[in-house]
Amino acid sequence: MHEYALIQALVSRVEAEAARRSATRVARLSVRVGEMAGVDPELFQTAYDTFRAGTICEEATLTLTRVPARWSCPRCRSAIARGAVLRCPACEVPAQLEPDSDALTLDAIEMEVP
Amino acid sequence: MCTTCGCGDSELVPVELHEKILAGNDRTARHNREHFQAAGVLALNLMGSPGAGKTAVLEATSRAAAARGWRCGAVSADLATDNDAVRLQKAGIPSRAITTGQACHLDAELVHDALHDFPWKEMDVFFIENVGNLVCPAIYDLGQAANVVVLSVTEGEDKPLKYPVMFKAADLVLLTKCDLIPHLDVDLAKVHDALARVMPRPRVLEVSARTGAGIDAWIGWLADLRGSMQRTDGRAAPHAHDHAHHHAHDHDHEHGHEHVHADGTRHSHR
Repeated sequence: MHEYALIQALVSRVEAEAARRSATRVARLSVRVGEMAGVDPELFQTAYDTFRAGTICEEATLTLTRVPARWSCPRCRSAIARGAVLRCPACEVPAQLEPDSDALTLDAIEMEVP
Repeated sequence: MCTTCGCGDSELVPVELHEKILAGNDRTARHNREHFQAAGVLALNLMGSPGAGKTAVLEATSRAAAARGWRCGAVSADLATDNDAVRLQKAGIPSRAITTGQACHLDAELVHDALHDFPWKEMDVFFIENVGNLVCPAIYDLGQAANVVVLSVTEGEDKPLKYPVMFKAADLVLLTKCDLIPHLDVDLAKVHDALARVMPRPRVLEVSARTGAGIDAWIGWLADLRGSMQRTDGRAAPHAHDHAHHHAHDHDHEHGHEHVHADGTRHSHR
């Protein structure tokens, strides 16, 4: 249940950015969640809906972009099948996680400025 | 104000950030890591489910580490009690409890606060025993040199497949309670197979805190890590990867790739 702690960090960051730009309202947040980020997207959304009351995010929609986990061979670039051993069978080197597979990023904020 | 027509309305502005939500934690973790590195302290983040044997492994480590002349210390996180810290203290490891209350994981700030009134600088090896939990602690960098995940043989062969994020973060898996294997229907080959499906570089040591089996190998792993830390002191963050690995990848200049070190930093080799 660290999703609540993450939402706290997210909302504080948005509040800081809104204050910096003298925003009067925040309309939308875009967050990217990779499958390997260690975050349950549904729980994240629920935590957000609970926590945003009384903050500048009160009326802001949270848009989550989910990124599936993908592993590949760093040498020949071929994809490792889901659930397979994380090693390229041809090159015999450890697989690497594709960028964004473990992302947990605040991509954008849409805010109203006077 | 709307600048296009002068109507006086406020306007919606998109602000692109692309910033990690845990950026604040990562900053504090870097700060912790700099402290540990400057003082030559090997810091380890010990994770695993409740009852996996994290405290028992440290109790068993105490004697073997003392034989090498290492001074060990620990902070031990628990939701409600300081039982683990008391146990470690009794075993000869100066310890301090971090009572997390509702929090299901340690973060870099909690570790930093705990360091303030603990003589961690006098330690050679400093264990951060995380909250018993296979989910939440995995994504919080604390400033450690390496992550050690403790998995007991009683937990089920498919635990790694169920908690891939935790095991992907592990630099070492300590398979504990191996003295119980004759009494269980556990197939160790299945555990190793599951780990190979969630860890690109599986490193596993089978140990028993009760009989002491495998503790020498674990101490050896720690010694290697201490050695690499001293060699890179002042130049790079200590990390768990062996050097052969780095050299192997040095041949790959034409294939750009990125990998993540134990400390959470990413490096691109191109």
